[in-house]
Amino acid sequence: MSTVIDIQNLSYSYGNTLALEDISLTVDEGSFLGLIGPNGSGKTTLLHLMIGLKRPDEGTVTLFGEPAHAFEEGERIGYVSQRATDRGESMPVSVRETVLMGRFPHVGHRRISDEDHVIVDEALERVGITDLEDRAISALSGGQRQRTFIARALASEADLLALDEPTVGVDAESRTEFYDMLDELNQEGITILLIEHDVDILTEHVDKVACLNQRLFHHGDTVSFLESDAIAEAYGPTSRVIAHDHP
Amino acid sequence: MMSVRNVLQGISLLGIAILAALSLLFISADWLRHLGGPLGSFGTDLFAAILSGGEWVDDTVGTRVFQHAFTWRSVSTGILIGIVGPLVGTFLVHRQMALIGETLAHTAFAGVAVGVLLAGLTPLSGSSDELVFIALIVSAVAALGLQWLTAHTDSYGDVPIAIVLTGSFAVGTLLISWGRDISPIPIEIEDFLFGSLAIVTPEGTRLVAVLTVVVVGLVVVNYKQFLFITFDEQAAQVARLNVSGYNSLLIVMTAVVVVGAMQILGVILVAGLLVIPAAAASQLGKSFRETLVLSVIFGQLSVLLGLAFAVSVDLPPGGAIIVAAIIIYLIAITVSDRAIGQISVH
Repeated sequence: MSTVIDIQNLSYSYGNTLALEDISLTVDEGSFLGLIGPNGSGKTTLLHLMIGLKRPDEGTVTLFGEPAHAFEEGERIGYVSQRATDRGESMPVSVRETVLMGRFPHVGHRRISDEDHVIVDEALERVGITDLEDRAISALSGGQRQRTFIARALASEADLLALDEPTVGVDAESRTEFYDMLDELNQEGITILLIEHDVDILTEHVDKVACLNQRLFHHGDTVSFLESDAIAEAYGPTSRVIAHDHP
Repeated sequence: MMSVRNVLQGISLLGIAILAALSLLFISADWLRHLGGPLGSFGTDLFAAILSGGEWVDDTVGTRVFQHAFTWRSVSTGILIGIVGPLVGTFLVHRQMALIGETLAHTAFAGVAVGVLLAGLTPLSGSSDELVFIALIVSAVAALGLQWLTAHTDSYGDVPIAIVLTGSFAVGTLLISWGRDISPIPIEIEDFLFGSLAIVTPEGTRLVAVLTVVVVGLVVVNYKQFLFITFDEQAAQVARLNVSGYNSLLIVMTAVVVVGAMQILGVILVAGLLVIPAAAASQLGKSFRETLVLSVIFGQLSVLLGLAFAVSVDLPPGGAIIVAAIIIYLIAITVSDRAIGQISVH
């Protein structure tokens, strides 16, 4: 099994504020990694470093064998940011147009081909929103929007999905369906990086957990994470409020 | 129902394309006739043919405007900026940069002031087209400066905009007052502030023709990239699009369009042509492509109605065009079902 992301001794600061300190971890191909930690713990920063949106101050981040910030094959990464859907509120963009964006890194300046449209059709079909393709994003529910963004990632034929709290503002039922869909995609071989603040949901779906608060408190499989004190250590004295009891 | 909508849009676009082609043809003839040789005589013949065509229109419709080259220049300039203004503006509105046009117009005013001053200090004549050209350079440089400022300060997006907007106008007023004392040119500042058909020179018209061809070409070639960056900048960056490069391109294109449109609309009103048709189109568009098409149609309607009104009652065209655009915007809001649609979903 090959390594998708390899992080060694990574540190990152915003000005004088240290955001991440001496983090080392690897993500194997086909794994489903959950990033967990309190607010402001550096989860999003770490995710951004992993997909090359930021350059490390110290240490190295390797993505598919290249330094992440210099990695050029953008079509291999599907990214859904925390507020990805806000724009769709006011901007008139149809579902199909959004999914088609997944083809843009492939097409560059040439015309969109029939083949690209077939791939988009398949992606819409895969996440079950074919009947919504002509709708404006603003007319969709939160869950349908998230499916649209996943379809965009599928249309780009990404082998790595990076999702930053993808189900904020999505109702419980759609959230369950959404995570079941992620499980299926993961079983088909797509590597997934997920930030999710709900520990229960996270541990139910991912196979590896990285628990951090500036430093890495735990990195390993879900079972060992649940047995460890990582949550208490990372969240500090308030941890009981956030961590749920497990029967 | 959808197909009726598409057919109407198609017909409108075809109409606009014909108007644009005629405008470019006239501007080319106006330019060619000053050249020597066979091209020059071809230009002279074509120019005369267009004007006599105008005379025929005058006789038929009962007007007395289309026989003058001066009318053709303003109308063709108007038609072209009615295309590129909303075209660039639609991206700006959805990048939440609606006020950038206004800001760059104010920097262009500073550019005009620099031109007036230079006319006093150097052998430059300070003609309208020289001033417009200097405004173009100052505005494009300011556009890049503004982008740098936004990227390198922590302030919210509109703080650097407010600073550059007022700052460049402040510099402009100082320079222009100083320049008036030492500059020999009788420059009508009001024309630049509120727009005038009188400052549309052959050179200014030619500038608009060139910028229209270049800007339309750039938008066609980079449409996918502009759309992706406008919709989801971070995802576009992850997809390894050159986000800052496209941002610079968009903002410099805006500066160029603003200076071209400023001749007719004036510094203060020019941003309206970028923003209002785009806002109206966004009320009705079901997709971004459709919104872009509608914004160009609405922009063109605003320009044609505004110019017709301004010419018929001899008032400044800028105000008339913007008022026409706002009327179209209000109609679009009334017709739109978007507000209702949003409520019913949640």
